[in-house]
Amino acid sequence: MTKHTTTNKTRRQFIKTAAAGTVIAAAGITGFPYIARAAAAVKVGIVHPVTGWAQYSGSQCRFGAMMALDEINAAGGIKSLGGAMLEAMLGDAQSKPEIGAAEVEKMNEAGVSSIVGAYASNICLATTQAAAKHGIPHVVDVGVNDKIVSRGLTNTFRFGPGFGIITKAGVEGFLAVNKAAGSPTKRVVIVHENTTGFGAGIAGLMTKGLNPAGIEVVEVLPHPTPNKDFRNIALKIKEINPDVVIPSHYYNEGVLFLRTLQRQKIQPKAIYSVLGGASSQYRFLAEFPDAAQYVMDCNHWFDPKNQAAAAARNKTQAADKHYSYEVFLAYTAMKFTADAIERAGSSDRAKIVEAMASSSWSDHFMPYGPTKIVDGQNVGARPLVTQILGKNIDVIEPPEYATAKAIFPRPA
Amino acid sequence: MSDRARLMGWLILIAVLAIAPLFITSGRWIGFLEMTLFIAVLGQGWNILGGYGGQYSFGHAVFFGTGAYIQALLQFKFGWSPWITLWFAVSGAALVGAFVGYLSFRYGLKGSYFALITLAFAEAFHVLSRSFPSITEGGRGVQLALNQDPVQAISTFQFNFAGPFLKAYGFYYTIFAILLLTYWVTWWMERSRFGAQLVAIRENEDAAEALGINTFRVKMGAICLSAAVTASAGVYYVQKYLFIEPGIAYGPTKSVEALFAAIIGGVGTVLGPLLGSFFIHGVGEIAKEIIGPVFGDRPGVDLILFGLILIFVLAFVPRGLAGLLEALWKRKVGGRNA
Amino acid sequence: MELFGIHIPSYGWQTVLGSAISGVFLGSIYALVALGLTLIYGVLHIINFAHGALLMLAMYAVFYLWNSLGIDPYVAMLIVVPGGFLFGYVLQRSVISKASHGRDEIILLVTLGIAIVIENAALFFFSATERSVRVPYDLDGFDLGVTFVVYPELAALGGSLLITLALWLFMSRTDTGKAIRAVAKERQGARLVGINVDHIFAVSFGIGTACVAAAASLLVPTYAVHPQIGYLFVLIAFTVVVLGGMGSFVGALVGGFLIGITEQLGRLYMGESLGVITISVIFILVLLFRPTGLFGQRSG
Repeated sequence: MTKHTTTNKTRRQFIKTAAAGTVIAAAGITGFPYIARAAAAVKVGIVHPVTGWAQYSGSQCRFGAMMALDEINAAGGIKSLGGAMLEAMLGDAQSKPEIGAAEVEKMNEAGVSSIVGAYASNICLATTQAAAKHGIPHVVDVGVNDKIVSRGLTNTFRFGPGFGIITKAGVEGFLAVNKAAGSPTKRVVIVHENTTGFGAGIAGLMTKGLNPAGIEVVEVLPHPTPNKDFRNIALKIKEINPDVVIPSHYYNEGVLFLRTLQRQKIQPKAIYSVLGGASSQYRFLAEFPDAAQYVMDCNHWFDPKNQAAAAARNKTQAADKHYSYEVFLAYTAMKFTADAIERAGSSDRAKIVEAMASSSWSDHFMPYGPTKIVDGQNVGARPLVTQILGKNIDVIEPPEYATAKAIFPRPA
Repeated sequence: MSDRARLMGWLILIAVLAIAPLFITSGRWIGFLEMTLFIAVLGQGWNILGGYGGQYSFGHAVFFGTGAYIQALLQFKFGWSPWITLWFAVSGAALVGAFVGYLSFRYGLKGSYFALITLAFAEAFHVLSRSFPSITEGGRGVQLALNQDPVQAISTFQFNFAGPFLKAYGFYYTIFAILLLTYWVTWWMERSRFGAQLVAIRENEDAAEALGINTFRVKMGAICLSAAVTASAGVYYVQKYLFIEPGIAYGPTKSVEALFAAIIGGVGTVLGPLLGSFFIHGVGEIAKEIIGPVFGDRPGVDLILFGLILIFVLAFVPRGLAGLLEALWKRKVGGRNA
Repeated sequence: MELFGIHIPSYGWQTVLGSAISGVFLGSIYALVALGLTLIYGVLHIINFAHGALLMLAMYAVFYLWNSLGIDPYVAMLIVVPGGFLFGYVLQRSVISKASHGRDEIILLVTLGIAIVIENAALFFFSATERSVRVPYDLDGFDLGVTFVVYPELAALGGSLLITLALWLFMSRTDTGKAIRAVAKERQGARLVGINVDHIFAVSFGIGTACVAAAASLLVPTYAVHPQIGYLFVLIAFTVVVLGGMGSFVGALVGGFLIGITEQLGRLYMGESLGVITISVIFILVLLFRPTGLFGQRSG
């Protein structure tokens, strides 16, 4: 950081004394930053539900996006635009799709060049549509519903995985873990939320994936969001006595479910979640370490071997926040946006859309490899399978990202 | 206020609402107007039963949601034209109104009991809509196919990708047309014998019964009309956002927005819901734009202010904004009429 | 088992019994939240929409007492209950009654407005992060064979019974209690006899809030606090109040258990999602066929 500033000042002085007026294209090759002339800021809209039912997740997303934006500015802004700073325009979708769309209209008026948002799938559907009307590139940070990218809107991009990819990885990861332990799993139970749709979709796909491998899905137990009681589900699990329980829901329900199982002394061979709300959350591990042990989750995760990811985690914790998937997904979405603006060399919406569609960005800390966008979806995106072991959340699948070996079945 | 003066006032208001948008190029403010008119229609639906009839419903979302779901599902599952499905949506909601009304009025529910049973029905429909995914798509919600062909804009009743005029103003004039129609119906109702009977029931149901009014029949008429008007807002919502799900359709938000607009604006008046909606959305914008940033854009500030203003209005402007206007007008022309 | 073509699952008797027992515990929580609500409705005839928000505030109070001062949630009751009483008293005396001019419909909306203010103030000050309290005896309890019952759940059950008893004794044995009952039954008459009705209204609201504060203490060991937690219980609390009879504590208790058990068994057989419709159905049936509830007074 200091090195940059010193170099900046030195260069500025040099240019002044030399009275040169040309922009240094060569700086891109040599790696030196551009002179920080007062270049017009590039506005980026950041819309999330920071009030209403999704307020926690929305706030986490906003935090992650802003953290990335601040980092980009601190590192000199958009070099190809002469060090133009990114200017955030924050919007609150109030957990309602129509308000999200209204915020996008406001952002359009304010002349944003791009938008990042909006956490919840149903809000994303509305915001991407509103953005499409004005040709504003819109990067979806979380929203896993596959309909978001399959409507044929050319302005919509998703850097992270949709639930089709997530579930496929979930099945593969489970079969791998199962195989490594000698395939002890014959019968499973799926517990999922059914109020916002992602749970039901995952349950269907999991069943289709597990059956051919000889694993019977004995029962699928849906529940609403919010859910205040899991006793019935716990009792049913006790009666069925499956080898593995596969939950898929939001954080609060995840916590309550796992605590209920703990209180009822129900311990299947494993809890293997797919988008389990609490199963890969540091917060849950901190508050209920005993209930969290050995829980596995196929969920959004960063590349554990990447230093930048650890740095972001430290920064987040220093701000007294939890390093949850909302933070690093929104962070990455913002960086993806900045990279596209950088490559477009312009704040023009259409050029940024083009840059995003042709992106091959690889300077990120997600386990996606180099970016490749097909119909708005980054096809390299994938979740990782984690397991809570002791005080850590380790990656257990796939092997190229693993930091620990899975413990399955869990010890009694 | 004389009828003629009232009529003049309305004509001016309608003219302004019809023409002013053409001078507004800001999509954001057109959106603001659309949202405001949408809630104004929702509120008028509530007003017919609550304001004129005195039957305060706390679950009006049940009519909004039913209208929205029928509009969405008939298009989604059978590919029918939205111009046809809307008739089914509105009549379907009226049927639900008849169902709720029959049970509630047959068993003599009034006041808080009536409010509570409407709440229960809204919640019941909420549960039903998310528990039968094969019929309603459950929690996933119903996502209508987006039309990007400008030629098909009118036939698909979608204007996001239409020609320049429709793209900018299509939805505005849609909700404006719905507003005109529903408000005209309310205006007519207010002046009809049916309306007089309804108001009589509101003032004193027993006396009305004694006067020979068939209170059951009148209340049934009111709830069906109310349901139909509310459902028209649901139709608009589906066409504008192309998405509906149990929480949006039957959640408490729409019920609360409907009754707030009507009550703040002035119950039992045609203008009330429109005034109330403008006030609510105006305050909301001010709170968001001006107050919010003072507190570092921390969430919740605008809604705190909104709640406080609501309580203030309820405390000091009990007859609503329409009542206030009426009082001001009287004072202005008081000299002449004295 | 098939009934009218709908598949009804069958479960072992242990599961069914376990479910019913869990219904009792769930019901005790409903009763706890409903007790305050029924008193407020019985006396002031207002559907207190702010009830859920008040529950949430009290839960935050319990959380912060635990978080900053290490006070056990049950011990915290000694602080939040009187605190809740004061808060409710002041709220009714200086805000609700002033804003509503005594009109029922307006009172409803004022409480709704208060709920919005409180909920968003909580969001502003406490942020949306869910807060959990971890008591050391969280996992200790009894094995009933069909199901485990942990101490926090027993405490909630015990609490509901004790509070009901305390309220009943208060209403029947103390002067204030008698005054409250008088005002509930006959407002004008009570005024004529010299009872300060406004003060009694405020006291009633205060007691109602104190009850919900006690409920908060009993809920916190199990449920995480966040600004929206009130919604989870309030709708059901209304159902309990109507079923039990507005103004009846025994009714709130019995109603709570009935709804808890019916809901749990409904959810067992109809699925967790559809099963909650049993609550709405009960609500509607009671309103239609017996609006005064099981134990309610005829007039009021």
